[in-house]
Parts: sequence; C-alpha cells; structure tokens
Amino acid sequence: MSASTAPVETAARQHWMAVLARADSAQLDTRWQALNLQPEYQFIRQPEIGLTMLRGRVGGSGSPFNMGEMTLTRCALRLTCGTLGVAYIAGRNKQHALTAALVDALLQDGSYHDRLQSELIEPLAAIYKKNCAARDAKTRATQVQFFTMVRGED
Amino acid sequence: MYVAVKGGERAIDNAHALLAERRRGNRDVAELTVEQIRNQLPLAVDRVMTEGSVYDPELAALALKQASGDAVEAIFLLRAYRTTLPRFGYSEPLNTETMQIERRISGTFKDLPGGQTLGATYDYTHRLLDFALLAEGETPPSLETDSAPLEPCPRVLELLNSEGLIEQSPKNDERPRDITREPVDYPAERAVRLQNLVRGDEGFLLSLSYASMRGYGDSHPFAGEIRSGQVTVELVPEELGFPVVIGEIVLTECEMVNQFHGSKTEPPQFTRGYGVSFGYNERKAMTVALMERALRADELGEAVNFPTQDQEFVLSHTDCVSANGFVSHLKLPHYVDFQSELEMIRRLRREAGKQENNAPASAVEEKTV
Repeated sequence: MSASTAPVETAARQHWMAVLARADSAQLDTRWQALNLQPEYQFIRQPEIGLTMLRGRVGGSGSPFNMGEMTLTRCALRLTCGTLGVAYIAGRNKQHALTAALVDALLQDGSYHDRLQSELIEPLAAIYKKNCAARDAKTRATQVQFFTMVRGED
Repeated sequence: MYVAVKGGERAIDNAHALLAERRRGNRDVAELTVEQIRNQLPLAVDRVMTEGSVYDPELAALALKQASGDAVEAIFLLRAYRTTLPRFGYSEPLNTETMQIERRISGTFKDLPGGQTLGATYDYTHRLLDFALLAEGETPPSLETDSAPLEPCPRVLELLNSEGLIEQSPKNDERPRDITREPVDYPAERAVRLQNLVRGDEGFLLSLSYASMRGYGDSHPFAGEIRSGQVTVELVPEELGFPVVIGEIVLTECEMVNQFHGSKTEPPQFTRGYGVSFGYNERKAMTVALMERALRADELGEAVNFPTQDQEFVLSHTDCVSANGFVSHLKLPHYVDFQSELEMIRRLRREAGKQENNAPASAVEEKTV
C-alpha cells in the first residue's frame, strides 16, 4: 500500500516483516533454530495475544467500515546494542511473534543482515511465492472458456 | 421476575458430565481433533468465524468441537472468548481488489477482464449423496492445473462506471462507528448497518433476502460479482508508524446491482448492495449484499413498505447470540411470574362465575379487561 512511497529502508523492513508474518510457524522455527543464533535481548513487550478490528470498504472501494476482528500476536524487544525488533503476526503463536521480532531486530544489524536475508528471508519468501503459484494453478484450471452455440438457420 | 432457587448443583454437575460423554460419543470411534474439523469442515468453521466476528480458524474449530457441532452455541463461545482479549487497534482498510482470486464469477457479464473462475464450488454438483465418502479409504481426485498466470481481476461494476450508469460508492476516510464499542442509533449509517449484517445470523438474513426478492421488498438484483480469495492484512503498529503485513485472510465478497428509477436529484441508474464474509461463505456474502441494499431504501428515497426495508426491525434482530439468549431465557425459572398469572386466571374465572349468576354478560367482559 504505502510500501511504494516509503523510503527504501522502511520498504525493506516492511518486506521482511511481511515475509516473517506470512511464514508457516513451524518452518520459521526450523530455519531459525538451524541458524543457531542466541542474541541477548530485553522485552519491551512480552509476546501478547490480542485482536485487531479489520476494516473493509463499502463496495470494496468506498468508505471504511468495521468488518469483524481477527486474532494476532505482538512482541517488541531490544537487543543489547539497542536495536528495536517488532512483530505483529496473525494468529496466536507467541513463539512465532518472538522469533519474528528477534529476526526483525537482527536484520537491522549490519553484521547479521546478509546471512539472515539469504538463509531465512529469501527461502521463506520463495516458499510463500511457490504456495501462491500452486494455488493459482489449481484456480486457473477452473476458469470458464465460453463459446457460443449457434442455434437455428439464421 | 426470577427467584434464586438452590438445590440444583449436583444435578448441574452431572448434566455437564453427561453432556461431555454424549459429545464424545461412542468411544470405539476415534475422537475428532480440532485440526480435523478445521481442515475437513471448513465451511462450518467459516460460519462460526463470520458470526462469531473473530477470524481464527483454530478457535472456531475448537468452538464447534466443544458445542457438538451446534453453530449458534459455537458462535456464542467465540464471542465470549473475544471479550477476554485486548484490542490492538484497527487494520488498514483491506484492499480486496488485489485479492489472490480463488473464485470469481459474474451474473451480469459473460466476458470479463480476468475471466470467470469457478474455484471450489458446490454449484453444478448433482446433489446426489456420494456413497464413496461413506466407504473407507479415499481416492484423491486427479487435479488439473494451469500454470498460465492469472490476469488481474478489476471490479466488475467498474465496467458500468465508465458509462456513468452506476452510482459511485461514496468515499471518505472518517472513522466508522464500531458497534462492538458504541450502541446503534437509528437511522444507522451505512458502515454500522454493514458491520451488523456481516456478523448477523445467516439463516435470518437468507430468509429476509428471500422475502424481499419474492415481493416483500423491492429487491431483485443481479449478482454483479462474487469473488473469494486471500486478502493481505496490514496495520500500523504504534511502535513503528508505518503499515506492516500481519498475514493473510480468506474473504468472500459480493456486489449486487439493483435498478433505481431515479429521483428528483439523481438520474435513473444502477445502485449497489455490498456484502462480505470470512472464509468461503458465499451464501452469507450474497444475503448481506441483498439486505444491505434493501436497507438503503430510506437513503435512496424509496418507499419503506416492508419489514425487510425497516432498519430497526432488521438490524435489532440479526444477532444470533442475542436472539438465542432471549429465546433461551424462557428456560429460566419463572415460577413466581407464572404463579401470579395462574392466580389471576383463577380469580377472573371465579368472579366471572359469580356474576354469570346475577349480571348480564357485558358487565363480565368489562370486569375482565
């Protein structure tokens, strides 16, 4: 939405936060464990489950209205170097939110950025893309190819 | 008037234990898991999420398990649970135009940019019981795929917009009133009506839509577009100040096209009714769209002749938790109320009997009013 207008740094952060939020909790955990990083941190906000009210638009594009709520889990923490990591993740998985907040903080740190980007964010983004493409391929096969039957002489 | 009645504790404890036993059923049959309900009864899950007004498939599946499959009880459980959670603000308005389409059809145009895509639908099935599902073991269907990219699917009703034949959805970014926080005043604004309808009872809204289409209302529209798919949710965390993606949800959206004969200020044109539901609940999205339009009668200067067009009648009776609560309250002890009515009937009959012997019948009627 505003990703295109935001400064590059914010856009990059928005991208990895989206990848982390969309990742399957178990896959994120496995890949995070495999990195074997144990950064020290302090909680600013312990992983906490809550609700957000989803807003839609009347007619899909008109004025906003409140559609109903969804569950989400948030977490905020600070690395000992002072970098802030934040995560807001759909659903109720506290470990997912904690890992995502840690990764968000470490990605802002030059010494971890490239490794996390190539070993965590890029593979998870590829999985998400692959899942979307697989879903699209099944959907596409149900697309109607209309043809018109000509009836009568004229 | 209710009276505190003691002495039921043991009976209640045992009744709950009996309920748990009945819910479990025959112990020779494997127990149903929440994950199975979530995966294999997804439309039941979608209904509970939509009317429970909380998008969380796992919680909705748990509620269904706990409620022995009773949708209204499960919705009540989910609504009760939501009151225990803090609210972390509001999402950014969802952009459903960029939805990852899993189904998209139109009853108004055959050829559309992006095409018509059936997706997983019960339409065109023969409604014959499939005894293969009763047999053990499963044969996965052979699934065709088509890896050509899906074309973008712009909103169908925008095709009418280019000729100016359909009303514009008014757009302002004022904060919409939230009926979970503020009571509804009548007449209610469109955002409030829509929030109420989306969480309203599917059966009630389906029947009202049916009535309004049959003539108790003036609503026999076209299904301009129905679409289902994955929609990205973004919100602006207070720590960050810019929007971030928190995940994806499945939504079904419906836009109905109605005739409008014009008014003093508006030329004849098409009008819209909009509906949406969580998950793949197409019936619900359609009924919301039908009722959303029916309740615009007032705003469009149409005569309000039927209950289906009456905001207060419709909106104050959509909620299945409220409706179920009020009907269920009749099960509470009304011993004192009933005793007093019983006493009154006996007295009236005694008095009527007395006067029948020494007065004309009209005097008896006056006494009993």
